Amino acid sequence: MGSAEVSTLRNDVSLDTLMEIFRRTMLINKTDERFRALLTSGKLRLVYYPVRGQEVVSAAMMTALRPDDYLVTTYRGVHDQLAKGVPLKELWAEFTGKVTGTCKGKGGPMHITDPSTGVMVTTGIVGSGLPIGNGLALSSLLKGDGRVTVVCFGDGASNIGAFHEALNLASIWKLPVIFCCQNNTYAEHTPYAEGTSAKHIVDRALGYSMNGVRVDGNDPVAMYRAAKDSVDRARRGEGPTLLEAMTYRMLGHTFGADFSYVPKAVQQAGIDHDPVPRFKKLLLDSGVAPEALADIESAIERDLDEAVEFALASSYPEIIELRRDVLKEEIAA
Amino acid sequence: MTDAPTISISQATNEALDEALAADPNVFLLGEDIADGQGGGVFKTTKGLSTKYGVERVRATPITEQAIVGAAVGAAITGMRPVAEIMFMNFLTVCMDQIVNHAAKLRFMSGGKTSVPLTIRCCTGAGFGFGGQHSDMLEAWFAHVPGMKVVTASNPADAKGLLLSAIEDDDPTLVIENIAMYGVQGPALAPGTKVPLGKASIRRKGADVTVIAYGRALLNVEAVAAALAEEGIDVEVVDLRTIAPFDEETVLASVAKTNRAVIVHEAVKSFGAGAEISSRIHEELFGQLKRPVQRVGSKYSPVPFSPPLEQAFLYNQDEIRSAVRAALA
Repeated sequence: MGSAEVSTLRNDVSLDTLMEIFRRTMLINKTDERFRALLTSGKLRLVYYPVRGQEVVSAAMMTALRPDDYLVTTYRGVHDQLAKGVPLKELWAEFTGKVTGTCKGKGGPMHITDPSTGVMVTTGIVGSGLPIGNGLALSSLLKGDGRVTVVCFGDGASNIGAFHEALNLASIWKLPVIFCCQNNTYAEHTPYAEGTSAKHIVDRALGYSMNGVRVDGNDPVAMYRAAKDSVDRARRGEGPTLLEAMTYRMLGHTFGADFSYVPKAVQQAGIDHDPVPRFKKLLLDSGVAPEALADIESAIERDLDEAVEFALASSYPEIIELRRDVLKEEIAA
Repeated sequence: MTDAPTISISQATNEALDEALAADPNVFLLGEDIADGQGGGVFKTTKGLSTKYGVERVRATPITEQAIVGAAVGAAITGMRPVAEIMFMNFLTVCMDQIVNHAAKLRFMSGGKTSVPLTIRCCTGAGFGFGGQHSDMLEAWFAHVPGMKVVTASNPADAKGLLLSAIEDDDPTLVIENIAMYGVQGPALAPGTKVPLGKASIRRKGADVTVIAYGRALLNVEAVAAALAEEGIDVEVVDLRTIAPFDEETVLASVAKTNRAVIVHEAVKSFGAGAEISSRIHEELFGQLKRPVQRVGSKYSPVPFSPPLEQAFLYNQDEIRSAVRAALA
C-alpha cells in the first residue's frame, strides 16, 4: 500500500523489450509528426490533439500488456491506440472519416475502437473512461479470463467526480485495473497546481487504499518497470494501481492552438527533456548500432506512406450508415 | 390468461431477474443495497437473489451511480448482460454522461464493433410525499437519445415480459418502474413467454376514440374507459409498453380507425413523450382526424411535497375524461 517513487535507472529491462518500446515510441512520434505535416499543408482538416512529448509513456505502458488486455483511453489517445496495436491504415482511415476506418468513419479521432487489439473505448469526455474500465475489469474478474484493463487519462481528469467514484469502486472490488494518469502538467490551458489540490496525483491513491506509483514516464526503463509491476500485480489478483506517469505535452491542447499560456522557460525545459532523443541516446549508449534505429524509423515512414495513401484513397461512408449501428436493427427509412 | 395465478408487479420483477440469472451466466445485477445483506433492495425487488446466485452476481454497490453505470457499460461491451439498478429515476441525472454519451452511442461510434446490452432499472412516481428529487418521470429525456430504448409496464405480466426482453436485447434499455405499481396485482405471464420490445398492446377494444398511455397512467385510463362505457362511449385503450422506439404501426392503425386520439402520461405535459406521439399522428392522419389530438399530463411544476399540492400537480381521471370528451366533441 501507499505511494512509491520508482527509481529512474534500474536497468533491468531486457534490450529486446527496450527495442520494442522504442519501435512503438517512434511509431507514435512519426505518426504525430505526419498528422501535423498534413494539417499544416492543408491536405487534412480535423481537430487534432497532439501527443508530442508523451510517446514513451504509452509505448512502455502498452509493451507491458498482453495483446488481449483491455485499454480505455481519451481524445488525446493516438499514442495509446498505436502503442496498443491498432492497425495504422484503419487508424488513419478513421481519422479521415473513411468507411475503411476502425469504426467505418462514424466515431472519428476521439472515438477509436478496435476490440481486436483490446482498444474498447476512446472517450471524448474527461474522466469518463475510468468507470468503464472498471466494468471491463469486472468482466475479467467474473469470467476469470486473466485480462488486465488499463485506463489512460490526463492530470485534469483526476479532478472530476468519475475519477473518484471509479477509484473507490475499483479498490473495494479489487479489480484488475491500472489507472494510468499521464500527468502532462496542463489540464487544457490550466497548469497543474492551479487546478489540483493534491501535491501529486498519486497522493490520491492513499484515500482509496490503493497501490500508488509515481514515475518519470519519459524514462522508458522506469516507466516499463512501473507498468509491468502494476500489471503483474493486477493479474495476480492483488487489485488496482494508480500509476502517475510524469510527462509533458510539448504542443498546444489542439494542433494550431494558442500555447502562450505555457511560460517560455517551461517550454524550453520540455524541449531540453524531450523523451525521444533521450531514448535514442540510452540505446546508443547501450551499444545499439545507429543503423538499427534508423532501420526502425524508415520502416515506420514506409508504413505511414502506405497508411496515408490508403486513407486518402478510401471512400466516405454511405449516407445509409446514419440508420445503421444506432440500434442493432437498421432504422427504417 | 384467466387461469393464470395472480401476482404483483414486484413479484413479477423479481421472477424476471431470477429467470434471467438462471438462464444466462453473463447476466449479473449491480446496484445500491440490492443484496440480501442490505435487505434485498429498498423495494424488495431483488430479495432472495443474492442468496440464490451469490454476491458476485448480485452485487451491492456503494452510493456511486456513475461508477455503477460505468461498470455496467464496460462489462456490457465485453458481452455480459448487466442489470444496473438506479434506485430512483432522479438519480439518473448523476450518471447521465455514462448513459447518454457512452451506453447509447458506443455501438454507433464504434461502427458496430461494440454494443452495450445493458438494462438499467429505476423507479419513480409522484404522490408519495418524496418531493421534488425522487418523483419525476423523465422518460422523454432518454427517448430523445438515439440508441436508447425505454420501456415501462402497466401490469405484472408486462413487467416480467418486458424486463426479460430488455435483458436479452442487444441495446441499452431503460426500464422504468413506478412506486405506485409494485403492489398492483394481475395475472402472471405464461411460463416461457416474453413481451417483445417495441410492441404496444390494445388493452381495450373500442370504436369511438383511442386513448394512448403507458405505465401507471393505464390504471386511470382503464377506469375512465370503463366508466365512459356506461355512457355508451366506446374507448380503445393502447398501452404503449415501449416508449422508445414506440409502436407507430399499432398507434396509427388504432387512430385511423377511431379518427380521435388522447395521450395520457404522468410526466409533465410540456415537451413530454405525448408531444412526439401527437405530432406523429398529426403528420400521418391529419386529413382524417375529427378533432386535434388531446394531451393529458402533470402540471408544469417540480413535484411538490405538500399533499394537496402534489395531488393537484398530478393529472387525474377528471382531466382524462375531459380530454376524451374534447376529442369526441
